[in-house]
Amino acid sequence: MANILAVAESRGGELRKVACEAVTAARAIAGGGEVHALLLGAPGIAGKAAQLGEFGADAVIVTEHAAFALHNPEAASATIAERVKSGGYRAVVLPASAHGKDLAPRVAAKLGVGIAADVTSMRMDGDVLVAAHPVNTGKVIANIRSTANPAVVSVRPGAITPVAAPRAPRIEAGAAAGDPSAARVRCTGVTTGNTARLDLGEAPIIVTGGRGLKAAEHFRLVEDLAAAFGNAAVGATRAVTDDGWRPHSDQIGQTGRLVSPDLYVAVGVSGAIQHLAGMRTSKTIVAINKDKEAPIFKVADYGIVGDAFEVVPRLTEAVKAARAAR
Amino acid sequence: MKIAVCIKRVPDMDVRFKIAASGTAVDEAGLKYDMSDFDGYAAEAALQVNEKGGGGEVTALCLGPDAVQETLRKALSMGIDKAVHLKCDAVPFDGWAIAQALAAQLGGGGYDLILFGRMSIDSSNQSVGPMVAELLGLPCVTAASRLDVSGGTGKAQRELEGASETVEFPLPAVVSIDEGVARPRYPSLKGIMAAKKKPLEVKPAQLGAVTVTVTTMELPPERNAGRIIGEGPDMVPELVRLLQTEAKVL
Repeated sequence: MANILAVAESRGGELRKVACEAVTAARAIAGGGEVHALLLGAPGIAGKAAQLGEFGADAVIVTEHAAFALHNPEAASATIAERVKSGGYRAVVLPASAHGKDLAPRVAAKLGVGIAADVTSMRMDGDVLVAAHPVNTGKVIANIRSTANPAVVSVRPGAITPVAAPRAPRIEAGAAAGDPSAARVRCTGVTTGNTARLDLGEAPIIVTGGRGLKAAEHFRLVEDLAAAFGNAAVGATRAVTDDGWRPHSDQIGQTGRLVSPDLYVAVGVSGAIQHLAGMRTSKTIVAINKDKEAPIFKVADYGIVGDAFEVVPRLTEAVKAARAAR
Repeated sequence: MKIAVCIKRVPDMDVRFKIAASGTAVDEAGLKYDMSDFDGYAAEAALQVNEKGGGGEVTALCLGPDAVQETLRKALSMGIDKAVHLKCDAVPFDGWAIAQALAAQLGGGGYDLILFGRMSIDSSNQSVGPMVAELLGLPCVTAASRLDVSGGTGKAQRELEGASETVEFPLPAVVSIDEGVARPRYPSLKGIMAAKKKPLEVKPAQLGAVTVTVTTMELPPERNAGRIIGEGPDMVPELVRLLQTEAKVL
């Protein structure tokens, strides 16, 4: 029975949620085989290895190197590809995160195979990997098959819920391929906007502001509402990021982030097609907009027609009260 | 600098797609086509690198059936100097098959910079650029939201989840371009006229073997029709009640 390799993403010495998702995804196609997680990082990352056993990793291969402190795509992809070859894995699973989407095609090319990219579900059908991948800005689902062996798969963040399958994994040290400090592409720094903020891809709730807020300083309303929920991230429309009110990394839409949180609150967002493409798969959508003809109301489960400057502060207070009463 | 920019012709996304009778593709009837969004940013970035850096030559490449020549002419009308059409009946879904055809054309071309859009807006695999880089043995930066090139080196910024990172790399290199670098310019009338006389070379695409294919396409489940619960701030208590009891998200 062939084993599956899951690439466990870390940043700043911490495992990311997508690492657990990759292990769960690997477990789902491992059948009777083992799941091995590959964890790359700066010296000290080995301390995080045992956590991966909680989601079903039978073994964790840890490669520590100072040059893995920051994203090192050349050395990381080479190390992953070498491990896939030497370990004889049937498939390697990466997260379709910013770093995973950078690594997966490099790994696939080194292995000489195509990639099942950004999949939302997958399974083995005999000896073929079958998966679903949203195309055309999420308006169409492509059901794909990969006959590649080894198969390379990247899994959309948030699409697969990490499932506890605890075991005590074997921890093994693995060597890096080549000299990671000799890579040509060098990451020279990471700027974190606000470490306290939840990421759009991981937050169960997203509050998004649009041009209806009229000025950058009025994003305070959206920030306050997100803070009241306690587990919300703040997003923005393209109009808003184009105007420089918010960074491009906050943009939700066809050319920005594609999100599907449990709750999406759109404040002063008209609902342009390009924005809907990024959030229409959210489980519950709330819209607050002055214009009752705004297209956002066509997808909103709960719409309030009204002035955001009146409705949102009331909602913020009501959410605080509701959470305090729990 | 000598720059190549690889572009893709894709359908306009502002439509309600239907699935073709074959079940494996979208129905093409009534669709309009244009350069993929991110490839437009890449084309603009190529032009700006040479405008800032003292000139050079930009070549646009596009793989697909004859219809892609219209997309290449658009690139030429933006100011790109020449075009190469890598001809095949249909664009494969598998980026590895595409990458081999592009690498066969780009290898030995003496390009200082090979640009791609971050991903094609239709198949959205985000794979071809880095695969071409691997085939050519070149350094690669994906999803650059800022790009500066001078003195044989490049600096780029990449957007991460809740953060951004800066990278440095030597040229020649492959870079895929995210939103944020530059909005594509609109072709001028003069540019459109000039494009008709610019060279457009047609060659057979040397596609690689395919391992990833689409078996069926389907439309995602429709959302329930939208519901407006009322007007004004007095609706807030009702909204909170629905979020707690019906949606169960609060």
